[in-house]
Amino acid sequence: MKQAEFLNVVMPFKDKLYRLAKRLLVSSEEAEDATQEILLKLWSKKKAMESYNNVEAFAMTMTKNFCLDRLKSKQAGNLKLVHSNYGDEGATSLQKQVEARDSISWVEKIMEELPEQQKMVLQLRDVEQYDYDEIEELLGMKPTAIRVALSRARKTVREKLMQKHSYGIG
Amino acid sequence: MESDKVEKLIEKYFEASTTLAEEEKLKEYFSKQDIPTHLERYAPMFQYFAIAKEERFTKQVPLKPRRNFYKWASVAAVAVLAFGIYFGNDYRQQKQAEQEKALLAYNQTKKAFALLAENFNKGAEKVAYLNEFQEAKEKIYNNN
Repeated sequence: MKQAEFLNVVMPFKDKLYRLAKRLLVSSEEAEDATQEILLKLWSKKKAMESYNNVEAFAMTMTKNFCLDRLKSKQAGNLKLVHSNYGDEGATSLQKQVEARDSISWVEKIMEELPEQQKMVLQLRDVEQYDYDEIEELLGMKPTAIRVALSRARKTVREKLMQKHSYGIG
Repeated sequence: MESDKVEKLIEKYFEASTTLAEEEKLKEYFSKQDIPTHLERYAPMFQYFAIAKEERFTKQVPLKPRRNFYKWASVAAVAVLAFGIYFGNDYRQQKQAEQEKALLAYNQTKKAFALLAENFNKGAEKVAYLNEFQEAKEKIYNNN
């Protein structure tokens, strides 16, 4: 597989990998590193890649596992992922957009507090709009478990959002 | 879409029983400006999901095949090692030869000094006769 071919396969979903990584790792720098790592891993497996029927699902699963490992190792080392997502370059527009509307950025903060599994389900379903079969494959979860996690995640976000609204904290 | 329909959809949404198409409808509904106040509280969620999907991975990925690096590095390492062993051996031999030469020179010098010392001692013995001559001379002087 040539580099151009590889890029054609990878380009459509590289943003999805990044967004999933960022959802789990929070820090955008960490997420960038993780995405880069995953893409390089894919590149080194490019020969085997042709035999996978769904490269995107495979890459998403890789990203998920990589990020969870990363989080685990950070916890074991008693370190927290430090994130100082100062907006710069391309990220500014989004960051500013989000900050311009406070209550929308709350949703992001609320999602940070969710358990990892709920985070991933919510990210895959509500942000990336995967269907349930794909999520099943990606996360290796049972359909009922996915629905339970998703419902819980959505309700938690709603509850916390209501709390913030009723406290009226800006 | 009427608000009672939206309410039903939202209820289904929180039970996670909506389809993708229905969720799309909700997102679309909340992306508009005129949302009734009792539904307004749900708006940030759907608006955030829409925005979150806009985030892009902007970093370049270095896809140069890096594996060759190790191959060449190992070749270079072996070359250096062979060079070192080959010339290192030479150097060691050279040093040994030098040491042998130095030892030889030392021994020769020692021998030469020994010879010198021996001859010198012989000379010194002969000088002892001179002393006798001196004594005899002094006796003669004293008698006079």
